[in-house]
Amino acid sequence: MSPRAQVYLLGLLLIIMGLGLMAYKSEMLSMPVKPGEYATVWTVEAKVGFTADGGAVKVSLALPKNQNNMEVIEELFSSSGYGFNIYDNAGHKRAEWTKRMASGKQTLYYKLDVYKRPSGEGLPEFDASKMRAKPNWQGERQEALRNAAASIINNSWQTSSNKESFARQLLKSLNDKSNNDARLIHNNLPDKKTVDIALDLLSLAEIPAHIIRGIYLEDDRNRMSADALVEIFDGEKWIVFSPNTGAKGLPDNFLVWQRGDVSMLDVAGGSRSAVSFSVLANDVPARKVALEQMGGEQAALLDYSIYSLPIEQQSVFKFILLVPIGALIVIFLRVVIGIRTAGTFMPVLLAIAFIQTHLLNGVLIFLLILSIGLFVRSYLSRLDLLLVARIAAVVVIVVCLMSFISIVSFKLGVEQALTITFFPMIIIAWTIEHMSILWEDDGPMEVLIQTAGSLLVAIMCYLAMTNHYIEHWMFNFPELLFTLLGMIIILGHYTGYRMSELLRFRYMRRS
Amino acid sequence: MLFVWPKELKQLGLLGMNSRNINYIARHNPRHLYPIVDNKLLTKKAAIDAGIRVPELLGVIESNHELSKLPQLLAPLTQFVIKPTRGSGGKGILVISGREFDFFLKTNGSKILQSDIRRHVNNILSGLYSLGGKPDKAMIEAMIQYDDIFNEYTYEGVPDLRVIVYKGFPIMAMLRCATHSSDGRANLHQGAIGVGIDILTGKSQYAVQHGRPVTEHPDTGKSFKDLSIPYWQEILRLTAGCHEMTGLGYIGCDIVIDKEQGPMILELNARPGLAIQLACGLGLEKRLSFIDRLSTEVMEQDADKRVSFLMSNQFQE
Repeated sequence: MSPRAQVYLLGLLLIIMGLGLMAYKSEMLSMPVKPGEYATVWTVEAKVGFTADGGAVKVSLALPKNQNNMEVIEELFSSSGYGFNIYDNAGHKRAEWTKRMASGKQTLYYKLDVYKRPSGEGLPEFDASKMRAKPNWQGERQEALRNAAASIINNSWQTSSNKESFARQLLKSLNDKSNNDARLIHNNLPDKKTVDIALDLLSLAEIPAHIIRGIYLEDDRNRMSADALVEIFDGEKWIVFSPNTGAKGLPDNFLVWQRGDVSMLDVAGGSRSAVSFSVLANDVPARKVALEQMGGEQAALLDYSIYSLPIEQQSVFKFILLVPIGALIVIFLRVVIGIRTAGTFMPVLLAIAFIQTHLLNGVLIFLLILSIGLFVRSYLSRLDLLLVARIAAVVVIVVCLMSFISIVSFKLGVEQALTITFFPMIIIAWTIEHMSILWEDDGPMEVLIQTAGSLLVAIMCYLAMTNHYIEHWMFNFPELLFTLLGMIIILGHYTGYRMSELLRFRYMRRS
Repeated sequence: MLFVWPKELKQLGLLGMNSRNINYIARHNPRHLYPIVDNKLLTKKAAIDAGIRVPELLGVIESNHELSKLPQLLAPLTQFVIKPTRGSGGKGILVISGREFDFFLKTNGSKILQSDIRRHVNNILSGLYSLGGKPDKAMIEAMIQYDDIFNEYTYEGVPDLRVIVYKGFPIMAMLRCATHSSDGRANLHQGAIGVGIDILTGKSQYAVQHGRPVTEHPDTGKSFKDLSIPYWQEILRLTAGCHEMTGLGYIGCDIVIDKEQGPMILELNARPGLAIQLACGLGLEKRLSFIDRLSTEVMEQDADKRVSFLMSNQFQE
């Protein structure tokens, strides 16, 4: 068989295989083909990490309770080698892992699926009789602190009409950077967070209050720690405040993990313990099917699907599965259209960076780094450095620029620029080197053409990779990778004219 | 007309980049034979072994510590060329046409010092001009005294002849003439003129600059109409012989014609560009398929016989 026939046969076979598997999955296993048809289920993973001392270990983690607007659908615990138990401690549900002997680094997982109801607000009733102990700020040294606290409480009292407005005023003053009392309190208690200080002051003012710990349900959040809210009792009902903004009410997407002054995590027999959270959004049916069919006969396809990974890795895979899409687009634009780019797959990496930084910011940052880099590189070329040293020098300069841009823009209040760290700096350094040689040899016009070409390809990749449908298909039907492979193989054997050649040969003599 | 329809290009027999890569380069140029054309030192050695004339090699600088050897090497020389052994597209070539006190004169008349040459060699060694940025060697070659016939057809640079050789048959040729706007370089995309040469007679047949037809050299005003390349039969035999020398099926041979020594191979290219089609106003495809249709007996003849075969058959299509 001729190579050409082999290429087409293999390519078609792969394409059909990918599409066939996708059809099977959507028909037989009812994976949704269209994204966003169903409400979102949030998968939250708590990861408990600690170093065991070598003896008996007992870990106890607070568990979230049902909330009026959140419904826990499913809970999963991983506890390799640990005894596991859930118990109720005076109204607080806690998970407990125990083991006789453990040493070294230990990791335990608790995973739950939460469905956010569109309606339903507020938290269930809570006993208000218990008061938090007043802070012990005795002694001469603490006199300034006592006075500042009294002053803030007094001022907030004067400018409010009831307990609710008092709490709001108190939080506002605590967060006010120009408030001298607040600054003094923060400086005296450097270890305490604003929430804890607020709770101390509220207890001094004889207002029942406690902390709420939980997490905001936002897609693709990894390894974050719990956020805190303050809840006060105004005599009739509990009111929630954000300690940092003073905003009233429970945020709509806030999952309450622990309420009241009990600890989040207790570890006996270990040290350096910490709990971190990851959040991922999923479509309900896909998820349900995947879970229901686990262990079933026809589930091999799902059992070995990406859903079986820990969710931290799942969200990484969301990106990895999009890279082949970018590669396909690069090949199409180079082979069929004939766009010239700097570096073959550099635009794909650029597109991945754009996903993190958002398009406009990304393009601006890229152009900024590139032009400053070219400027510096033009000086470096006069120093007679070896190639490797010169590139390394450019890498250092790129890193300097990145830090500088981050710091300046953060000071200016543009937080998006912090995502600059997602830029592939080695690739950018090579791009700068490549462009500066191009400038010397072929002039600035060619540099402009290739920069524009690379950016155009990167933007096309970005648009495809952020497309809702493509994202959904690649994540839920990874077998489409076969289809992509087939398409790439067939494109790799395209011998027709490039679009750019129709332009290049436009003055070709016609006999 | 802003562009040309693919159908029209097909009728002209124009070879596209994708087709060149897949149908000719990938199929007829085995990867392991590339070093002989990518490394100019190896090309030179192979050419000398095959009895093909090349510009004389005056010295090689292989590594940074050999840089100290440079003054000693340059001392007896007044005219020479320094180039990277793995350069591509004419990058990194420094031509010195004379000396004046401590200065070295470049072809465009500017003066440089020995330290500038040293820096240039250092750049070559660090791989600035080589394929993929790999460390490279610098070679010093005798400068070509190009034939007087080209005097009015070039601006500063040496005019060189590009011949496409397919399976040992020279099938298309063009002369590349540097212009003021190409900065003395002979690259078509930088503004050099490509003069299409009739492969059978060695006479000019067409000329383009920036893809558009021209009739005379923009800097000298000399018409290309009566240009005829000397030693044409010898050039054809020389290029046909490059097939045996390299083993590659699809190559571009760059030829220069020295005033005293006649035609010689400057370098070979395993991925020759497509601009030659613009310069000749002809597509490559028809000639390539003519060669493909030849019988094995014709193919297995030696270089001289292949050239005579071409002369008598004239690409009958």
